[in-house]
Amino acid sequence: MLEFLTRLFSRESSPSKDIAKERLRLVLVHDRAGVSPQLLQALKSELIKVISNYMEIDEQGLEVNLDSHDNQVALIANIPIKQMKRLPENVVSGL
Amino acid sequence: MGEVIVVTSGKGGVGKTTTTANLGVGLAALGHKVALIDADIGLRNLDVLLGLENRIVYDLTDVTGGRCRLKQALIKDKHCEGLHLLPASQTKDKTAVSQEEMKKLCQDMAQEFEYVIIDCPAGIEQGFRNAIAGANKAIVVTTPEVAAVRDADRIIGLLEAAELRNPKLVINRFRYKMVQQKDMMSIEDIIDILAVDLLGVVPEDEQVVVSTNKGESVIQDERSRSGQAFRNIVRRIKGEAIPLMNLNQSGMLNKLRRIIGLR
Repeated sequence: MLEFLTRLFSRESSPSKDIAKERLRLVLVHDRAGVSPQLLQALKSELIKVISNYMEIDEQGLEVNLDSHDNQVALIANIPIKQMKRLPENVVSGL
Repeated sequence: MGEVIVVTSGKGGVGKTTTTANLGVGLAALGHKVALIDADIGLRNLDVLLGLENRIVYDLTDVTGGRCRLKQALIKDKHCEGLHLLPASQTKDKTAVSQEEMKKLCQDMAQEFEYVIIDCPAGIEQGFRNAIAGANKAIVVTTPEVAAVRDADRIIGLLEAAELRNPKLVINRFRYKMVQQKDMMSIEDIIDILAVDLLGVVPEDEQVVVSTNKGESVIQDERSRSGQAFRNIVRRIKGEAIPLMNLNQSGMLNKLRRIIGLR
């Protein structure tokens, strides 16, 4: 009975097999692309460096991951911005 | 020339050795001449599963090292006419054999046996490369878990890189009830992700433990569900088109049937 009740209430979240499938899908995108965590970390730090020239970003909240849809692999970056930087006119026009 | 089939998985503990033993016994029971090779050098298990652990004199490394002839090292199975085991060495390590030696060994054995089945060690290192070196077909065993399917995907990639195309998948320890409750990945989920052909699905079955305890193979247990699944796989290996068995056996009627031996 207790098992039934916990089952009933836990049904609100997605079934565990869907979580398993999604985790597996993401891990395989990385495995198949041959992208190591080190490479992704390096990419992350360089992204931070470049973007920080233009805006203040939340480095802790930054997420960079590979994802795939319809056999296409995409690099998805979620970069929370704290504040835009005011750049001197000549820097912007010089780009 | 016989077929040389490697049974592999990447992850340990998913049932490679159990699958190897059952397929060997199953094929031999149908009258074929079968040899099993335990390629897990240093950690041999296949002899124990077959109940042949007390009969080992020579092992695989003795054959490849030229210390004995193949015939001397092969152990005849005690239950099953036509089944032979080439055991692994328990004292040496994986470097005791080279890929070239394995290739030669498999070629020699394929002359004499209709089926040569190789039990591959876990991992993707030299032991794996040795085990697949002489094979011309591959069976990948997995269980419906994230880690096991991930490793299976890796192995499938490595097999294809080694020119072992179209490996066939066995899903082991499948629990129908949990799949119904959406707490276990389904057959479709796994096939969808791995994109390989399915060779069979083996339900979780306590009888496997009972058989293993006795040094017997569950495939010889007419009433066991996993035994039935393995018998189906054997016939598919032979090229017959056998549909998947009904994996739902939780109903009262089925329980009753099993008790009175009607399955």
